[in-house]
Amino acid sequence: MQLQYFLLLAAALFCIGIYGLVTSRNAVRVLMSIELMLNAVNLNLMAFSNFLDSEAIKGQVFTVFVITVAAAEAAVGLAIILAIYRNRDTVDMEQFNLLKW
Amino acid sequence: MNLAQGVQIVSFGLLTLMVIGASLGVVLLPNVVYAAFLLGGVFISMAGLYLLLNADFVAAAQVLIYVGAVNVLILFAIMLVNKREDFLPLKRGWIRKAATGMVCAGLFALLSTMVLTTSWNFSTGAIAGNDSIIVIAKHFFTDFLLPFELASVLLLMALVGAIILARREFIPEETDMPARDAALTLPERPRELMSVSSSSEFNR
Repeated sequence: MQLQYFLLLAAALFCIGIYGLVTSRNAVRVLMSIELMLNAVNLNLMAFSNFLDSEAIKGQVFTVFVITVAAAEAAVGLAIILAIYRNRDTVDMEQFNLLKW
Repeated sequence: MNLAQGVQIVSFGLLTLMVIGASLGVVLLPNVVYAAFLLGGVFISMAGLYLLLNADFVAAAQVLIYVGAVNVLILFAIMLVNKREDFLPLKRGWIRKAATGMVCAGLFALLSTMVLTTSWNFSTGAIAGNDSIIVIAKHFFTDFLLPFELASVLLLMALVGAIILARREFIPEETDMPARDAALTLPERPRELMSVSSSSEFNR
């Protein structure tokens, strides 16, 4: 197994996440794209920790921290989406103009 | 190439196909519920990739936290904002998609050339493997102690913040409505919706 395979897979997953982040209209799908990008970063960290730092695996420690932050981000983000949905009665990203400028 | 390497390469290929296909489904499928279930598939495949990278603890944490908590939370959010709305097609919407696709393809080309041309210096030490959880715990309680405690504080802040943001505001004097209506409706303060069209015209 090579390090480059994992890094290429993580790069592809990150690019798919960016595409979904920019082009999706539903606000919940934007959060799902952010989760995809965080998973790509996690895969990068894990691959580096296995191949370049296999004794003191600090990449796995960072991955646990990123998982923690992703869980907190998902909770707060979905709560914000719920609050916006109650006020605006839509989840279309094109009709949100608050928090923009 | 012995048998173990062959098994690793075949399972890596299968997991790669699952990750790429499911993530494309997350981004491209029109139904958001299917997208959420495919997101769970992405998370489980990522746990399999972590097992290939000799990290059993993080694979278990990935399954527990992402599939068990984050994906269920996203499904609940989809159910709570369950509104079948057909988004109005944008004028020149294809320009945005084409431009984003070009930017993503260019970024992928850049990253892959960087990955393939860099000469990595691989470590030759012993792989932690089954002792990985012991090593991670030593890191947590010695040199990463402050970030570990800050992570717990961050989780507490996210808990309180999510409850405050998503809480409904009850009105106690409206709860003595007739029993038939009270069984069917939640006591919630009726609030007027902001006019979306006028404010968006203001911003245009």
